[in-house]
Amino acid sequence: MDFFGLFSRKNSSKDMAKDRLKLVLIHDRANCSPNVLEMLKIDIIKVISNYMEIDEKELDIQITQTQTDDNGNVPVLLANIPIKSMRKVKN
Amino acid sequence: MSEVYVITSGKGGVGKTTTTANLGAGLALRGKKVALVDADIGLRNLDVVMGLENRIVYDLIDVIDGNCRLKQALIRDKRFETLYLLPAAQTKDKTAVSPEQMQKLCETLKEEFDYVLIDCPAGIEQGFRNAVAGADKAIVVTTPEVSAVRDADRIIGLLEAAELRGPLLILNRIRPDMVKRGDMMAMEDVTEILAIDILGVVPDDETIVISTNRGEPAVADNASRAGMAYRNITRRILGEEVPLMDLNGEDSFLEKLRKLFRGGK
Repeated sequence: MDFFGLFSRKNSSKDMAKDRLKLVLIHDRANCSPNVLEMLKIDIIKVISNYMEIDEKELDIQITQTQTDDNGNVPVLLANIPIKSMRKVKN
Repeated sequence: MSEVYVITSGKGGVGKTTTTANLGAGLALRGKKVALVDADIGLRNLDVVMGLENRIVYDLIDVIDGNCRLKQALIRDKRFETLYLLPAAQTKDKTAVSPEQMQKLCETLKEEFDYVLIDCPAGIEQGFRNAVAGADKAIVVTTPEVSAVRDADRIIGLLEAAELRGPLLILNRIRPDMVKRGDMMAMEDVTEILAIDILGVVPDDETIVISTNRGEPAVADNASRAGMAYRNITRRILGEEVPLMDLNGEDSFLEKLRKLFRGGK
């Protein structure tokens, strides 16, 4: 057990700074504000709802970084959309 | 071969001008012929930081407009034989010069000098575009704060867009005591986020305030910790392998005890 670890703060302000920076830079680098992401979310819900009933509250859309083959970083759009049921769509 | 470095940051007040002055003086102390160019038209400051404000006759705009020859506008620093300053104009604004004109100026300076250091204005507008136009390499200065690191990231992107590849980072005003207690981002944190190579770390140091008050670059002060850091950076620019400064200092009593308990890690 780390006896002295008990006295150190779990979440130091440095870690908070780092986490906040990482998040804000993902948006900066992708040139996409949280506002734009919100608009995108609404549009995606609109389109998907034509085909299936989704859980809008649990829907999660974010931009993160992923590593490319040549060790560079590219932003990717990640969407996690829980489906409640399929709608019957006429062909 | 001569090289043109632009010293930039995005955010103001992180130490671009101080860095430019100290690296210029540092390179001159190593016998290199150096020209410092203040590209912050309308807000000139490199002259006062260098202590050369009383010797300005002509400025960068005078050279570009052809009011004087380049040699007439260059101020020789009497303390560092081979150091010269081309001051910015104080009465004009950034639109008085174009990127093409800056490029031409840098080409001319390269014929005469080993190193040309350009002090870039804060911001990402025309002043930035002018300052980077003639540069071969870029040094990004930042401090371990969220605002400065965010702006540095933006600048790194813009440098890449301007085809200035492989910018180098100087992390300024590190406070080892705060890093140790987890209240300031360490060098590793900042380089991890920005993903560029580190050129040097400079400790937060009172001697910088004092030397700037006097108009004497701290790099010439052997007792200054920040001066030591700038001397190290100078040597790295010259191609020497110099280990990064140990900013951890002496352990506190509690820290020593903690290490003892953990088995002297």
